[in-house]
Amino acid sequence: MADEMRVPISTDADIITARQKGRALAEWVGFSGSDLTIIASAISELARNIIEYAGHGEIIIRLAERGARRGIVIVARDDGPGIPDVALAMQDGYSTGKGLGLGLPGARRLMDEFEIVSEVGKGTTVTVGKWR
Amino acid sequence: MRVPILKQGDYLIAPIQSALSDADFLRMQNELVDQVGKLRSRGVIVDVTALDVMDSFATRTLRSTALMTRLRGAETVIVGVQPEVAFSMVQLGLTLRMEDVETALDLDEGLAFLDRQTKG
Amino acid sequence: MVTQPEEWGARSVAALRRELVEHFTEKREELRQQWVEQMTAKGLLAGLTQTEIETESATIYDTCIGCLETGQYDRAQTYATTLAERGVLRGMTSEQIIGGMLTLRDVYGRSLFERYQKDMKRLSAALDIYEPVANKILSIIALAFIDEREKVVRQQQEAIREISTPVLQVRNRLLIMPIIGLIDAQRARQLTEQLLRSIRANRAKVVVIDITGVPTVDSKVANNLIQTVEASRLMGAVVIVTGLSAEVSQTLVTIGVDLSKLNTVGDLQGGIEAADRLLGYKVITTEQATEIR
Repeated sequence: MADEMRVPISTDADIITARQKGRALAEWVGFSGSDLTIIASAISELARNIIEYAGHGEIIIRLAERGARRGIVIVARDDGPGIPDVALAMQDGYSTGKGLGLGLPGARRLMDEFEIVSEVGKGTTVTVGKWR
Repeated sequence: MRVPILKQGDYLIAPIQSALSDADFLRMQNELVDQVGKLRSRGVIVDVTALDVMDSFATRTLRSTALMTRLRGAETVIVGVQPEVAFSMVQLGLTLRMEDVETALDLDEGLAFLDRQTKG
Repeated sequence: MVTQPEEWGARSVAALRRELVEHFTEKREELRQQWVEQMTAKGLLAGLTQTEIETESATIYDTCIGCLETGQYDRAQTYATTLAERGVLRGMTSEQIIGGMLTLRDVYGRSLFERYQKDMKRLSAALDIYEPVANKILSIIALAFIDEREKVVRQQQEAIREISTPVLQVRNRLLIMPIIGLIDAQRARQLTEQLLRSIRANRAKVVVIDITGVPTVDSKVANNLIQTVEASRLMGAVVIVTGLSAEVSQTLVTIGVDLSKLNTVGDLQGGIEAADRLLGYKVITTEQATEIR
């Protein structure tokens, strides 16, 4: 299996492709049980966020190593409108779209690491990671 | 992947068989809400055993389906949530949204629950 | 990076390397004996039999020469892995392992010093060749040792976790999970996963979680419990929590934890009775049973 996979996101069917690929890579890295579901759920929320706010973008799923620890890193990138108030977007239940407003805060709760960079008019990049 | 909707006596059963796209979920919702009225069903069972992920969209759609069918006179039970799925839904913070939705372990339990509700 | 003095070109380095290999091979028995003696004197060989000492020291000695000769370390890696797999490393202290390898390094070094002490340039070139090899081997063995230790620690942690929270079936469809000891985030996760799997495996409808044995229940622990309850409910099971002490109840209410989602009953017995009611069981004495008949 390749160490990195890119999935373009533009329709709701792409969400399924992204999380299935993510799950497969996570399994290959050595995750099991709930962790696989958790990683797939996080990818699902991030991909959904792209569709809802930017229309299209991509999900990059890659194997990560830190010393003897292995993990998985997921980057969700779009060239959409960007988020004017990141702190607000990270609040539970806050949503300007049709979602539950759980996408970003939910993904943060699911994963070990979470980073978001957003610039109005340029786009948003969310990077999350989980370690074994 | 289209979800078949089966009629079993007074109930409708929607056995989800693989990962569903958002459009598939919405189609299932529309069909259930529609069929409940046409067939005068008293209960609906959505079997999610085959789902390995239930994200915010899936959860929200299932909840609205339950609320909509209730307005049309049928109680909805979600059955077959897998242990890993239940765990990650809690982590994601989705359970609050499921508070007013009935759940049961599997199809048998779901049918038993509906029997108690409608015939007991 | 090791830089060689100018007069030591690649060819002479290769020649000197061969010379070192020959030297250590010739002196094999002498140096190995010295090494064993020094380790014995330092008490590093405690717990090993004479045969083990002979074979292991010979293997390590030859492995080192092999690495020096080829510049490849797979032999050392393989040997370290075999040591670990045979459980040899488990029975030894870190002092024995590291001390033993340092002693060997020392024995090799001194013998080079003796041989080349009259030609300082040659000595320094010889040390430049030998030292990186010795260091590399030392780190390979030390890492294998640490890995093995960590593996043992992980296995023990898992074993403790597995036995620390049994999920027991009391009757058909009723499980109890008595929790004893502190609950941190990791344990909360592990016991929730374990409970959810048991709910499915036993087709449970009611679960009684008893926390009499949990010394401190703060808002975090309470939230973990609420999550466990919610996840169980998603699978169609009702959770009853028992054993909240007076102290714990006071603390939780004072710090403002919302426990309305928790279905609580005073003690384990009360919890099981409540569960029985939910499941439609009624416990009666045999006398009462006879009367009913």
